[in-house]
Amino acid sequence: MESTTAAFRENTAKALGDAKLRDALSKLTDGFPASRREAIARLPEFDALRDAARDIKDHVLANLDFYLESFEARVVEAGGTVHWCRTAAEARTAILRTCKTAGAKTVTKGKSMIGEEIAINEHLEEHGIEPVETDLGEYIIQLRHEPPSHIIAPAIHLSKEQVADTFRDKHRHLSPGRSLDEPRALLDEARGELRRKFIGADVGLTGANMLIAETGSIVLVTNEGNADLTYSIPRVHIVIASLEKIVPTLEDATTILRVLARSATGQEMSVYTTFCTGPKRQDDLDGPDEFHVVLLDNGRTGMLGGEFHEMLRCIRCGACLNHCPVYKAIGGHAYGWVYSGPMGAVLIPGLIGLEEAGHLPNASTLCGKCEDVCPMRIPLPRMLRTWRRRQFERRQTSYPSRAGLRAWSLIARRPWLYRLGADIVVAVLAALGRARGRFRWLPLAGGWTQLRDLPAPEEGGTFISRYHLGEHGDGA
Amino acid sequence: MIGSSATEPITVGLFVTCLVDLMRPTVGFATVKLLRDAGCKVSVPKAQTCCGQPAYNSGDNPDTRAIAEKVIEAFEGFDYVVAPSGSCAGMIKHHYPSLFANDPEMRPRAVALAGRTFELVSFLADVLKVENLEAAYDGIATYHDSCSSLREMGVKEQPRALLAQVKGMTLTEAPESETCCGFGGLFCVKYPDISGRMVDAKVDDIIATSADTLLSGDLGCLMNIAGRLHRRGSNIRVRHIAEVLAGMTNRPPLGEPVEKEKPRKEAG
Repeated sequence: MESTTAAFRENTAKALGDAKLRDALSKLTDGFPASRREAIARLPEFDALRDAARDIKDHVLANLDFYLESFEARVVEAGGTVHWCRTAAEARTAILRTCKTAGAKTVTKGKSMIGEEIAINEHLEEHGIEPVETDLGEYIIQLRHEPPSHIIAPAIHLSKEQVADTFRDKHRHLSPGRSLDEPRALLDEARGELRRKFIGADVGLTGANMLIAETGSIVLVTNEGNADLTYSIPRVHIVIASLEKIVPTLEDATTILRVLARSATGQEMSVYTTFCTGPKRQDDLDGPDEFHVVLLDNGRTGMLGGEFHEMLRCIRCGACLNHCPVYKAIGGHAYGWVYSGPMGAVLIPGLIGLEEAGHLPNASTLCGKCEDVCPMRIPLPRMLRTWRRRQFERRQTSYPSRAGLRAWSLIARRPWLYRLGADIVVAVLAALGRARGRFRWLPLAGGWTQLRDLPAPEEGGTFISRYHLGEHGDGA
Repeated sequence: MIGSSATEPITVGLFVTCLVDLMRPTVGFATVKLLRDAGCKVSVPKAQTCCGQPAYNSGDNPDTRAIAEKVIEAFEGFDYVVAPSGSCAGMIKHHYPSLFANDPEMRPRAVALAGRTFELVSFLADVLKVENLEAAYDGIATYHDSCSSLREMGVKEQPRALLAQVKGMTLTEAPESETCCGFGGLFCVKYPDISGRMVDAKVDDIIATSADTLLSGDLGCLMNIAGRLHRRGSNIRVRHIAEVLAGMTNRPPLGEPVEKEKPRKEAG
């Protein structure tokens, strides 16, 4: 997918001016956090589970080669194939080759962020294969040729009226006079359309929420059951997953499931949780004839042991997006690429380059809410600071910023100079601001005064000067 | 209280923070008063400027270290170091040690300072166990939890417990008191439109409480919120919590001119 991350400021301005988006985001960021709070309140051991889930991933990341090879061995024993792919291009090639070998014309797809990351839909289309998204949100944005705006609620930026318009535009074979006022009608229509696609598909492509080393299974978590029809009806099932999705055992997978849905939507479990192991066995009534796992690295092994190591614990629950006040203000599309929110601001610079994604780590107050709610306890604010440090080291920070910081730091290191400057500046501002107690406008403070008044400093001088002159400060 | 029962009073170095030093000295005087009333021997080192956070959050670690070394030097030798800000105290407590992770000379000094550094409100409540404050305040206040106080310094119940001792004050909670106000240091001038949306949400939340006073423990947040409240024509009074706890509310609220305020109205 093409990134628009470099145009972050333009994206942001557009998002902030979009009243429909504002409504949608406020529903999302009120709804999910409230449900999460309630779910956690019902589970006193939630924090202990978070620790356990974090420890599982830490252990896996320290022994990644072992668990991946063990996973592959179990997949092969069950009759499946693992395709090891270093890059997005290798993964696209592996998927296309498998589809072509199967003679595929139509590929149904479960929701997969890795699918978005490697832009598999565009690649299949270019080669004459029709990909059909079967998750309702993904289906809607595929019809609209839009990227997802949230990792678990990809069409959250749209109102039901916008979805109805899209359906009228794209489902031309249906009666123009039909009513699409109710969400139920939209759901039924999508279901009808998708049912035909499910039956006719040659290949089912899904993501995986987890890969289980001890059994060679993959875990699929959905609320719509679409992934189950995607993998079980076609002759070939392809799983696309990044390699950090691995966990050692079934037991470990259930620990992570206990924090996943609660963190994401506040559900105790998602509606459908499916474990798929290999292709159909001799006595099985249904299931695919072929089972392929495309294991993608795409930069992940480069993060191992480095400053972004803990990011590999991420289970893509979306809690950091749902709770982020910046995400709430601008939504997912402003981030300009597949991921968004705090986890996106950490991941995207590593995947598309810091030059391109330079705004993302800076567009944060480092308020810490994301780390607070992250089920895997990923230190997201620390990582945002790490990107800022790298920008500074590579001189990618803007010249005025660098010069300003330099000047401030030179003064801050010299208390005598600081005192001298502070006393003068404070005296001038206090005198100027005396009448109103605040400024509506000040030169060089446009970023502040554009939307807020600036309180004027107290009259009488700086605290340090007044204190050392013996003042106690109780007079007006 | 520790100071009154011990033979030697505990010594506190006041890290007043650059914003308080420049914009709102009353907060500094209020802090000194609160600490002295609780029996502490307070010193205010002249050699203090800024904690280095603007440089740190901009990725400029070399300059941050240079500033931090000055702070560490100026604040050695006190039993405790106290700042009327969760943000600056959090910087010293949590980020100084990691800044000097590879510096065998400075690291132990940074760690030692971090161990002695407290945010004012939690220091009063948790360490000095202040009870029976003398202060009074006529008004309905709501308290904004600054992000660093709340999430870096564990300050949540302490300000409420202390404000409950202030005579005449009613405390009302804003539903989103824990949500960031959009200040974020340089963030608010680098991304003013995003910051503006955030502070608007904060202001809506505060206005909806019907409180007449907004209090918090961090001047950065307060300047941001007061600035937006004023721009929107609100007359909610904005003060640092230390002013109210110390009963030093003779100065007009943040961003208000001297003439306009009638001092007797809320004299403590």
